Amino acid sequence: MAEATHGDAHGYGAHGDHDHAHDHKPGFVQRWLFSTNHKDIGTLYLIFAVIGGTVGGILSEIMRAQLQFPNNHIVTSGQEWNTIITSHGLLMIFFSVMPALIGGFGNWFIPLMIGAPDMAFPRLNNISFWLLPPAFILICIGLFMGESGSGWTLYPPLSNATYEPGMGMDCTLFALHLAGASSILGAMNFITTIFNMRAPGMTLHKMPLFIWSELVTAFLLVLSVPVLAGAITMLICDRNFGTAFFDPAGGGDPVLFQHLFWFFGHPEVYIMILPGFGIISHVISTFSKKPIFGYLGMVYAMVAIGVVGFVVWAHHMYMSGIDIDTRAYFMGATLVIAVPTGVKIFSWIATMWGGSIRFDTPMLWAIGFLFVFTLGGVTGVVCANAGIDEIIHNTYYIVAHFHYVLSLGAVFSIFCGFYYWIGKMSGHQYPEFWGRVHFWMTFVGVNLVFFPQHFLGLAGMPRRYPDYPDAFAGWNYVSSIGAYISGAAMLVFFYVCYRTFTSKVHVADNYWGEGATTLEWSQTSPPAFHSWLELPRIK
Amino acid sequence: MQLPKRQFAVWFFALISQIVGLSPLAGLTSHPALAQVPRPWEMDMQPAFSPMKQGIIDLHNLVLVLITVVTIFVAGLLAWVCYRFNEKRNPVPSQTSHHTGLEIAWTVLPVLILVVMAIPSFRLIYYLDRTPNPDMTIKVTGHQWYWEYTYPDNGGVDVESRYVHDEDLKPGQLRLLAVDNELVIPAGKKIRILTNSADVIHSFFIPSLGAQRYAIPGRTIELWLEADKPGVYYGECNQICGQDHSKMPIAVHAVTEAEFKTWVEQAKKNAGVIPPNPNVLAVAARTDTGNVQR
Repeated sequence: MAEATHGDAHGYGAHGDHDHAHDHKPGFVQRWLFSTNHKDIGTLYLIFAVIGGTVGGILSEIMRAQLQFPNNHIVTSGQEWNTIITSHGLLMIFFSVMPALIGGFGNWFIPLMIGAPDMAFPRLNNISFWLLPPAFILICIGLFMGESGSGWTLYPPLSNATYEPGMGMDCTLFALHLAGASSILGAMNFITTIFNMRAPGMTLHKMPLFIWSELVTAFLLVLSVPVLAGAITMLICDRNFGTAFFDPAGGGDPVLFQHLFWFFGHPEVYIMILPGFGIISHVISTFSKKPIFGYLGMVYAMVAIGVVGFVVWAHHMYMSGIDIDTRAYFMGATLVIAVPTGVKIFSWIATMWGGSIRFDTPMLWAIGFLFVFTLGGVTGVVCANAGIDEIIHNTYYIVAHFHYVLSLGAVFSIFCGFYYWIGKMSGHQYPEFWGRVHFWMTFVGVNLVFFPQHFLGLAGMPRRYPDYPDAFAGWNYVSSIGAYISGAAMLVFFYVCYRTFTSKVHVADNYWGEGATTLEWSQTSPPAFHSWLELPRIK
Repeated sequence: MQLPKRQFAVWFFALISQIVGLSPLAGLTSHPALAQVPRPWEMDMQPAFSPMKQGIIDLHNLVLVLITVVTIFVAGLLAWVCYRFNEKRNPVPSQTSHHTGLEIAWTVLPVLILVVMAIPSFRLIYYLDRTPNPDMTIKVTGHQWYWEYTYPDNGGVDVESRYVHDEDLKPGQLRLLAVDNELVIPAGKKIRILTNSADVIHSFFIPSLGAQRYAIPGRTIELWLEADKPGVYYGECNQICGQDHSKMPIAVHAVTEAEFKTWVEQAKKNAGVIPPNPNVLAVAARTDTGNVQR
């Protein structure tokens, strides 16, 4: 086949005719709806993530507009507000960050970086994507019916049939079932692919860090999502079939749900950030023109974060009346996570140390990530202290903390990956100037949104409030201004996409030069429809 | 506890506020106030009016200094690396990728910092957990969307506390903080609070007294309050509980012991008193055995 030469590890010079790569593609329906090609599925995931993120982002703008002034009435009722915050959380987590980092970049680059022709189970890959659009529609039904006002944490009794009787809540729960099944299938596929389809010579300890991060993430998904599935199945039964798993009137326990939810929910936050760690490692190494510092330490830090991430879930529940010794244990275990995370931060800086750093847009996002993730990480240490948590639990301090690690950390890593790989994926380079504009607007905007929220939280402003005492007006106003700047930055991002995809200029195979050493850079840009038909050999 | 560090934190925030050009920070100096409410542009915790909150503030001031130092250290390293090792200044990259000593150092040092933080932290949570000798017990029940306070030690006085609607606000009353019936407690006494809920989960949260626990149906959760001096201390429901989640504030009115006795007598006489329900009495009977000192 013609692509074989393109797929060759030594195919550097074989990129003369890019149109060639478009040969042998199936028709539109066959290609995009019945797709079994990891690159096409990755593209679908990325488009889906942009749509999910845009809807979730519009909801955030509505929320910040409502909170800009006290006694505002943009959102007309408390129930409407609660539905918006629920949908915002679920959309951003399950329909934006996860599809982008795991489904999108994972599908695109796992096979390319380990030298495999495709994922191990291409049809399973197809269904893991196509479970998501129906889930997205169900979430939107819950949103537009205004009947899923429980917060994304779905705590019963508020989410049970007495207090949230509408069908919209069932739609939301079922959406999570579908999204969860999608994640589990995808994760099984990732694990199988990574364990069995690495190119000859690529031992586990030679695997690129992005692959390691996706591997650990896949394990977290396989182990934690079934627990969520069990919890929401019980909740659906409580709502519709007369069981009383979480209803004290029938001998059930609302706190049981919290345990089950956070047994999933805490690993989930690492699921969202670990692939980002992988991307950041590659970008920093590429633009510093240095190999990653302390590779093994980086690998085992991720493994440690994954393992410890499973035994800290009750730090979300310090106020639920759990035993003092239990709280003490969870506090200690949570503090421990700061250690491997610190190892990663310092190793990234050490990678830059002594390097010859270029500040292209992906590197700006990576450096921005290091800063915001450090900030979100250290406030995590504050939150971990059960004593301090008495005052900041459920306040805006928590909102600020988890948006610093997720809305800033994970999203910065997504944009970092986008700018790093868009040339590889599309064959066209983004406009550098507008990429920088996008970065700086986002960086200023999101810090303006979330930094003042620390102050609001310390002063005692609870989260999930559509209206607040007048004393909190000042910082809320600042925060809303920041949200508008971030929203405008998103428009710049769309313009960047427009410019990229309409660009006539084609990029070389390895357009970042000497620093980019992983296997995907030996493929054409974009890679052939089927790549690595001849396996590379790793020395 | 750590006075110099605390001063540093105050100075640090004052510096930021100078840079940002804000009004002087009201919340930082703990001047006694009758009504303890959040203040405009407040950047730190509400001042302490209870020993628990003082403990929390002391620990937070320690942690805040540690995390500020760590953040500045990391940001400084980043800035230095970007300055010193950019393409122009350092055209030839080194290829160093290991340094065992360094890797051990940045694993062990954070552990030491965490230990320094963990010791007072563990001490604090055991202190906050519950009070061994409460002077009285109050049962707090969350409802959609109001609080109910029951005083089993004072003849089962039962008070329902609802927020004051905007149109009913009197001058001086704060929107979304003022309530019709406050939670009246004697100042300087250790008060055991037992939270429960009649419907969904709420959270009983009073920032300036350093107290918070969920109110969960089917479960009684114990915490304690102690207000240093008479005053009104505002808090809010802090766990999403339906459409009026933001409209069930908490106002704790601490009074002198004499005033408290008068209030109890009046409340008993008040026609609005709801007869204590048997459920409430059962809890009170169980928790009151032994150590009530009155």
